[in-house]
Amino acid sequence: MGVELIRISNLEFRYSEGEFCLEIPSLTIERGTTAAVIGPSGCGKTTLLNLMAGVTKPMAGQVLTNAVEVTALSDAERRNFRIRNIGLVFQEFELLEYLTVLDNILLPYRINASMELDKAVRDRAVELANQVDIGDKLNRHATKLSQGEKQRVAVCRALLPDPVLLLADEPTGNLDPNNKGRVLDILLDYAARTGATLVTVTHDYDLIGRFGRVIDFRDFHSVPSGSGERATSRIAGNPGRRDNGETGQR
Amino acid sequence: MKDSLYLAWRYLVYHRIKTAILITSITLIVFLPVGLRVLVSQSADQLTTRAQATPLIVGAKGSPLELVLNSLYFESDVPALMKYSEVARIDMTRLAQAIPLYVRFRARGHPIVGTTIDYFEFRGLEVVQGTNLTMLGDCVLGARVAEALGVEPGGAVISSPESVFDIAGVYPLKMRVAGILGFSDSPDDHAVFVDIKTAWIIEGAGHGHQDLSRSEAVGSVLSRDSATIVANAAVVQYNEITPDNIDSFHFHGDLGDNNLTAIIAVPSDQRSEALLRGRYESADDMSQVVPPVTVMDELLDTILTVQSYVIVAVVVVGLSTLATATLVFILSLKLRQREIQTMIRIGGSRASIGWIVVSEIVVVLSTSVVLALGLTFITSRFGSAAIRALIL
Repeated sequence: MGVELIRISNLEFRYSEGEFCLEIPSLTIERGTTAAVIGPSGCGKTTLLNLMAGVTKPMAGQVLTNAVEVTALSDAERRNFRIRNIGLVFQEFELLEYLTVLDNILLPYRINASMELDKAVRDRAVELANQVDIGDKLNRHATKLSQGEKQRVAVCRALLPDPVLLLADEPTGNLDPNNKGRVLDILLDYAARTGATLVTVTHDYDLIGRFGRVIDFRDFHSVPSGSGERATSRIAGNPGRRDNGETGQR
Repeated sequence: MKDSLYLAWRYLVYHRIKTAILITSITLIVFLPVGLRVLVSQSADQLTTRAQATPLIVGAKGSPLELVLNSLYFESDVPALMKYSEVARIDMTRLAQAIPLYVRFRARGHPIVGTTIDYFEFRGLEVVQGTNLTMLGDCVLGARVAEALGVEPGGAVISSPESVFDIAGVYPLKMRVAGILGFSDSPDDHAVFVDIKTAWIIEGAGHGHQDLSRSEAVGSVLSRDSATIVANAAVVQYNEITPDNIDSFHFHGDLGDNNLTAIIAVPSDQRSEALLRGRYESADDMSQVVPPVTVMDELLDTILTVQSYVIVAVVVVGLSTLATATLVFILSLKLRQREIQTMIRIGGSRASIGWIVVSEIVVVLSTSVVLALGLTFITSRFGSAAIRALIL
């Protein structure tokens, strides 16, 4: 049993509109784990990532990330915690069109006064870009890149602050097969090298064999909305590793 | 703060067309009322200063404004003409010094001012190159004219015919440039000064031609008796006055019957001024005397009234432009919600993101204000000359 990086207990979240409700009595993810979160659309996978990141706050329960009770922090404290400890990768890349590749990678250091942008950070940004083969496109605007290149820029942006936790929301969803493998390689490689934890939401069942753990929402009680019953995704206990042979270790 | 400014700058540069439109709109709404005020106040100062330096203008009855504008700025249409004998009338009163003006002809677009040496003394003009008018046919150039034409003392300037279709009318006269005046920052800089008699020669009231009594002129003689020689159209008329032919130049009839556009009357004191004005009060008098200050004040009153209407209109347009610009900012922020949400999700602080938006507004506004100040400066340097040319 490794050291836990994320511990969720008695968590309850619902949106102000609609009937969706996510309940997680208990979930722990150990440091260094690479986990794939799978499940049907609308079951709360992205919500789970947002709760882990402290982007959204639950109605009840606790989220401990890297030994910090994220749910007890103020908005500003959560943002400061997030920018230093958590790297976020999105399906739509979310790059700023008016910035160059280098400026997009450096963005976390320009939007929070607690982050200091110095030469070492710049050098590291260039190094990361070189590692993912976009080093020759640093001064190009993000709009001029291919989809695969855009996601590699977004990954560099997430990795730049050296996060202990990487949360990726369908990072390969908009990529061709070659780029899917490439982006996943980069994320897994970072986790393996640094001991960081990687939690990835994915619909791509071909890729889940590459993760050390699968968190499958289908294993939990889930009622589709519109059934008259409250639509609930409920993670009962710690689903732990799947033993059905679908889960492979890297 | 520095990083927010950087991101704001990148955003504005990337959306350069939108930024340029915003900056242009705000620059104009800041500049127009300020620039207009500067322009009008400067023009008013200039117009008033020259009017205040000119006690009285005597001219033929007609539009006082046309008379003053022509006499002071040499720019308006030619006013009704008066006779040179009016100078003698004023001299005889001993109430004022009379300086004749004949501002009717032009040389390459510049007004030719026929006057006497007294004018230079009255206006405080000094010849800085060459000499003053010494001989019939000489001219002295205003500083700007010399600059524009690239002419120096010893060179020549040719008067322009009043109408190219009038073959029996005024012929061009080639005038020798005797000297160039120093800069005075007044309409005198833009004028070509000649002696009043030279102006009459340009008009055709005086002329010079070959000596008809000489044997080589026999072909130009229509009839001859003991008292008169009548020339035919073949007689050679001189279009340049030189030491060789100056003696042949002459005027027919009484000099007092020659034309003037105005007389500057410089009374010795207030009493003399009042008395002189009284002499011209008669309804039968063909001449009028006007104080330029009064005429210019009336003109400025009209301009200031128009100015205040224009400023009200500009302010209304400005407010609606500002409202539009604000709307553009708000809509742009709505369109950028996703970008802002991404920054917040990554961990950007609300203060930093807020500063980006504030920086964009500050950059646009400050650039607009700097540009508006630049335009105002340019207007203050060159605007009054431009507006004077437009108004007059």
